[in-house]
Amino acid sequence: MAIKRKKAIVKEKTAIHESIIAAGFGGQGIMLLGKLIGLSAMNEGKEVTWISSYGAEVRGGTAHSMVIISSLPISSPTVKEPDTCIIMNVPSFIKFEKKIKKGGLIVVNSSIVKGNSKRKDIEILKVPATDVAKKLGNVRVANMVMLGAYLKKRGFISIETAISSLKEIFTSKDETVIELNKLALKKGWEAAGGRG
Amino acid sequence: MSKVVKRILITGNEACAEGAIRAGCRFYAGYPITPQNELIGYMSKRMREAGGTFIQAESELAAINMVFGAAAAGERAMTSSSGPGISLKQEGISYLSGCELPAVVVNVMRGGPGLGNIAPSQSDYFQATRGGGHGDYRTIVLAPASVEEFATFAFDAFDLADKYRIVTLVLTDGALGQMMEPVPGSLFSDMKPAKRQSKKGWILDGCRGRKARSIKSLFLKDGELEELNKKLQRKYEEISKKEVRCEVLYEKDSEIFLIAYGIVARIVKSCVEKMRKNGLKVGVIRPITLWPFPNDIISKAVSKAKSMLVVEMSEGQMVEDVRLAVGDKCKVRFYGRSGGNIPTEDEITKILIDSRRGK
Repeated sequence: MAIKRKKAIVKEKTAIHESIIAAGFGGQGIMLLGKLIGLSAMNEGKEVTWISSYGAEVRGGTAHSMVIISSLPISSPTVKEPDTCIIMNVPSFIKFEKKIKKGGLIVVNSSIVKGNSKRKDIEILKVPATDVAKKLGNVRVANMVMLGAYLKKRGFISIETAISSLKEIFTSKDETVIELNKLALKKGWEAAGGRG
Repeated sequence: MSKVVKRILITGNEACAEGAIRAGCRFYAGYPITPQNELIGYMSKRMREAGGTFIQAESELAAINMVFGAAAAGERAMTSSSGPGISLKQEGISYLSGCELPAVVVNVMRGGPGLGNIAPSQSDYFQATRGGGHGDYRTIVLAPASVEEFATFAFDAFDLADKYRIVTLVLTDGALGQMMEPVPGSLFSDMKPAKRQSKKGWILDGCRGRKARSIKSLFLKDGELEELNKKLQRKYEEISKKEVRCEVLYEKDSEIFLIAYGIVARIVKSCVEKMRKNGLKVGVIRPITLWPFPNDIISKAVSKAKSMLVVEMSEGQMVEDVRLAVGDKCKVRFYGRSGGNIPTEDEITKILIDSRRGK
């Protein structure tokens, strides 16, 4: 079913429906990651919903955000069976790996999540996001490395849109912050096989 | 990529707060509670920019009574909360109603009863549409189904409140409050600052040079209170005639109508669109004002439909109003999820197919 759907997307580029769960520790920039996906998709003219997880999420706890991108109006913002999971820590891997739709995608921060998925019916993309971010000089941009890889892999949103949308997120930050995030997006893009 | 219209990505709670500010709300008092915290957070920053008063009150009771004071002084005033906090505000809402003071109250519903949980719910329908507090009164209840509507209904709520000197509730749920979705870039700039109500010949703003006025809800003289009750009822009757809002899809040929409000109406609509493609004659009725309830619209739809399915995020509250409107003219079925669960399209589709088979 999922494979059929993929083919349909190739045929008709405008018909898109992608549900995403991004998850990790509080403080890893999970909410921001989700918001940037939403914002970028919106800026490309798509319909979008974003909603954060409820619960007593605190620093060190696990947080997640649910994003839906569609070419049609979206009814419910909640995601039970995601097409894609962007996973940045072990507890989130355990919690969400089993929920992904058949034929779906999981993007894993392999710097932190060492284990392998037992599922054979989903695609796995490993990105050493935390290591890449450390090399860039700030571990906090690991979320952007993950996003860059996701953008390349799925191809629903262009990296250029994500980069231009950064300034709408970091409205009060100086240029160096935006530059660093931009660089992290590009490194993620390259990690998923994109040309830099 | 074709021309992309500029849009803003914003949460429902923030959009509601901005809509209120644009309506001329210059007094807000509230007490934090999930899932409406983005609203109070946004207000704390924005109200000062707008030159109004923001107060984080010591409790929900204090907040609603501060709103009472501001409304009595003629200000466009508002408070917001979620279920447990709204329960605490009921005394104040009853007093506001007894005094015929205009005010806007926003309820971003969470699961109940008691503290329940912090996930989305529609289980405060009874409380909202039956007055909620003590005494013979009503509040206008607006139920948005999108972030954009949450903003425009908050805007409209102030005009309605002033027009009828009534408490107007904006009733939504935690999902719509906390989710972000795009709204038109011109949404807020197109909201024209509301006209100041010159009719405020009743406000308490100092009686130097004029006769003293009083605002009260205590009427002990013989016959005095019944007179007020009758007056309120005439007002409610007028509102019931003039202010009903409802959306109907596929009115002409539907054999089954799905009835839902708020976020559930979106899910139901999506189901109906898919079923229509499969040739099923199904339609949607979405009450937008929960009080006044669109009795006539539902009753009219019944004459052609075979059955109705009410879907709610509760164990069955609005369904009672639907049954009152329909009488025994057609079968009314119910499907509800509670405890913070949002019904899915698949669930609703299954119920509908089963009900067509007569299960």
